Amino acid sequence: MKKIDLVIIGGGPAGMAAAVSAYNNGIKDILILEREESLGGILQQCIHNGFGLHKFKEELTGPEYAWKYEKQVFDLKIPFRLNAMVMNISADKQVTFACEQGESQTVQAKAIILAMGCRERSRGALNIAGTRPAGIYTAGTAQKFVNIMGYMPGKRIVILGSGDIGLIMARRMTIEGAKVEAVCEIAPYSGGLTRNIVQCLNDFDIPLKLSHTVVDIHGKERVTGVTIARVDQNRKPISGTEEYFACDTLLLSVGLIPENELAKSAGIALDKVTGGAVVDQNRETSKSGIFACGNVLHVHDLVDFVSEEAELAGHSAAKYILESDKQAEKEITFQLTENISYIVPQMLHSVQNDVIVYFRVANIFKNVIIEVRDDEKVLYKKNIKKAAPGEMECIKLNKEILRDIRGNKIYVELKQR
Amino acid sequence: MYDIAIIGAGVVGVMIARELSKYNLSICILDKESDVSMGASKANSGIIHAGYDAKCGSLKAILNVKGSKMMKQITEELSVKYKNNGSLVIGYTDEDMSAISELYDRGVKNGVEGLEVIDKMKLKQLEPNISQNAIGALFAPTGAIVCPYELTVAAIGNAMDNGAALKLEFEVKSINLLNDYYEISSHKETMKAKYIINAAGLYADEVARMAGDDSFEIHPRKGEYLILDKEFGNLTKHTIFRVPSKMGKGILVSATVDGNLLLGPTSEDILDKEDKSTTQIGMSKVIHGALDNVPDIPLKSVITSFSGLRAVADRGDFIIEKSKTNFINIAGIESPGLSASPAIALYVVELLGEMGVSLTPKTNFKPNRKIFAADKSKYGKIICRCEHISEYEIVKAIHTNPPATNVDAVKRRTRSGMGRCQGGFCMPHVVEILARELNINFEEVTKFGGNSKITIGKTKGIS
Repeated sequence: MKKIDLVIIGGGPAGMAAAVSAYNNGIKDILILEREESLGGILQQCIHNGFGLHKFKEELTGPEYAWKYEKQVFDLKIPFRLNAMVMNISADKQVTFACEQGESQTVQAKAIILAMGCRERSRGALNIAGTRPAGIYTAGTAQKFVNIMGYMPGKRIVILGSGDIGLIMARRMTIEGAKVEAVCEIAPYSGGLTRNIVQCLNDFDIPLKLSHTVVDIHGKERVTGVTIARVDQNRKPISGTEEYFACDTLLLSVGLIPENELAKSAGIALDKVTGGAVVDQNRETSKSGIFACGNVLHVHDLVDFVSEEAELAGHSAAKYILESDKQAEKEITFQLTENISYIVPQMLHSVQNDVIVYFRVANIFKNVIIEVRDDEKVLYKKNIKKAAPGEMECIKLNKEILRDIRGNKIYVELKQR
Repeated sequence: MYDIAIIGAGVVGVMIARELSKYNLSICILDKESDVSMGASKANSGIIHAGYDAKCGSLKAILNVKGSKMMKQITEELSVKYKNNGSLVIGYTDEDMSAISELYDRGVKNGVEGLEVIDKMKLKQLEPNISQNAIGALFAPTGAIVCPYELTVAAIGNAMDNGAALKLEFEVKSINLLNDYYEISSHKETMKAKYIINAAGLYADEVARMAGDDSFEIHPRKGEYLILDKEFGNLTKHTIFRVPSKMGKGILVSATVDGNLLLGPTSEDILDKEDKSTTQIGMSKVIHGALDNVPDIPLKSVITSFSGLRAVADRGDFIIEKSKTNFINIAGIESPGLSASPAIALYVVELLGEMGVSLTPKTNFKPNRKIFAADKSKYGKIICRCEHISEYEIVKAIHTNPPATNVDAVKRRTRSGMGRCQGGFCMPHVVEILARELNINFEEVTKFGGNSKITIGKTKGIS
């Protein structure tokens, strides 16, 4: 069986940044396995701008952002295979993938980086009642039709869910000549970035109906309309508030799910909230030598943060391969508290560098304090003016503080100012 | 001129077609939809019932027991999945247990083998995830599962390979008996046949009426279902039933042959024969009914819901009989129709023999159908990530009898789009492959024929 130092699963922004980082940290024997026809992942269909402000201090489109990393992969001659779908990862790091030509192959890796990204929640996962005609698509599928293939999924649109892709597609469909009747959001707040609400809905006079959901889909062959209703505090539809919207298309932007079937096949422990692997500050999973980064680990709002996380994972994987003798390490775990829905990383192992901690809050908050403490004392404090589930928070804990933590637990808390 | 026209390409019609394709007869199957298996055959529980439920001596009982015994061999010949997982009817009260004891007696009389009434302890051994409140069960080891549309597609494919013709999008509008043959017309075409087999499912009453027979009526009974991710297909080993009522066998919990978990159906008499919508009330009934039996079902893992319409006749039993001259009705084939379908086919061939059809066996009948090799490692480029379906398999489905001409037809043949993302990633590629292979424009590709177009045209093309 062929042996490869580092196999990276997925050639999107996470996979490419991880590959470049591992290369720059001394690992040359790399293989990126990408299931699509080109590198770049979902960025290739994100032709709008707004990418790279954080990372490159310039405003790029998705393909332009992807190119920043594709070019490095090409220049460094990092090997990759396209149309190569990984079918299985074993616990001892054998990777089996289907190839466009010929039989599937299995390679033995010293380390693996999971960078498969995420998928969109579908209508079925929401149990929306009604008929099953053509014209019901996830926002990402519609984006692929419009931006990659050049076809319109419909011309009179209702969008359920105010996730970023839904907001982007509201604007995109409008620019292409379709009429977006409304964006419905079951929560009392949007799940997308504020800048997208402003630039994609407000600027185009597209109504955002908060605390509303689709309760029925109509039409036999093509969608002819949807019924929407207001929901109560428990997000249950309120009888009598139903409203009919004629449309030929329903787009769904109701959440992203990390694609972790391969992680499961390798027996990696998953976090129930993020849907991604449980990792330490190096992005190493519960299986030694298997790392994860990007949207397969937790869903990010900005690709810039995906790149950062992937660079960290690439660096860690390189270190793992080069320093094969590892000692038993003290494990410190992050503890969720009220109003914090998840934290990545979930744990720390022998800290040597500063650690950036990403987390999401569970509701909308104004003027709060983020407090990080161990069992005895407060380690870190930060004032936050506004926090929302749709915007990922990040804080930097410096290594000196982390080194003298008492006990094996760290708590992240949200307090009123 | 065909010897025999079969109206309706559901599982019953195609099983008859396959049986008849063993003889020197010219056969044509007509269906109003853009694909086969578009009625009750695509949306049911996929259970091969043991046969304890139907009234002794009824056609339902006789043909169920016989059909279910034939099923294993047929599925082997057609290379479709079949799993003999066994069924359990769960009892919660003494009343339930006495009903179970009646089912046992009836099953024994119907000729069902291996039936056993088991206590709570044995039930827990067989099915650890069953509700704590269960006190016993009827165990039917001969119960099995199949995929109903996979079976239907394979059976018609095999019949076509043996010479049968299939005409889709042929909605029968009139039937006229001329001297010694029938003229069957749609709104655009007319064909001729000496004999007609009416297997039109929900519309069997209307088709019979066209031939002058108004002796029965069919009404639709809706059943709603939920399907869970493959991760939970092992939650129950057996098909789990409640004690049946006059509206059916209740909400079941069962693995499918593809490894998903299936919950449902509801049972609601409705008026509209085309109303296949799901409802909030229906889905909540399914959830509650399923949780009663198996409390730990992870509802977050539902990947889709659907509903099917059973064709319920006003006579209680299956209607399989000679009607007007050279005309056979097969109607009211509700549950256990799928299980009975191979036996119904034999029964119909016998009826045709009695009616004077000359039945000379073909010497070159090929019983086997195999389109995909078991080893998938050579299939190359994967299109459907969730179900690992390759481009090769999709292309093959488009060019193999019965040819797939739309996205849902590809899905039923290959499972592309049936996984956890429900086609989010693969569907645009499937549209591309269909357009290429059928040599049609991208925007002409439909979800399931008619006006169910996936896209409406090129960007910048909206007027």
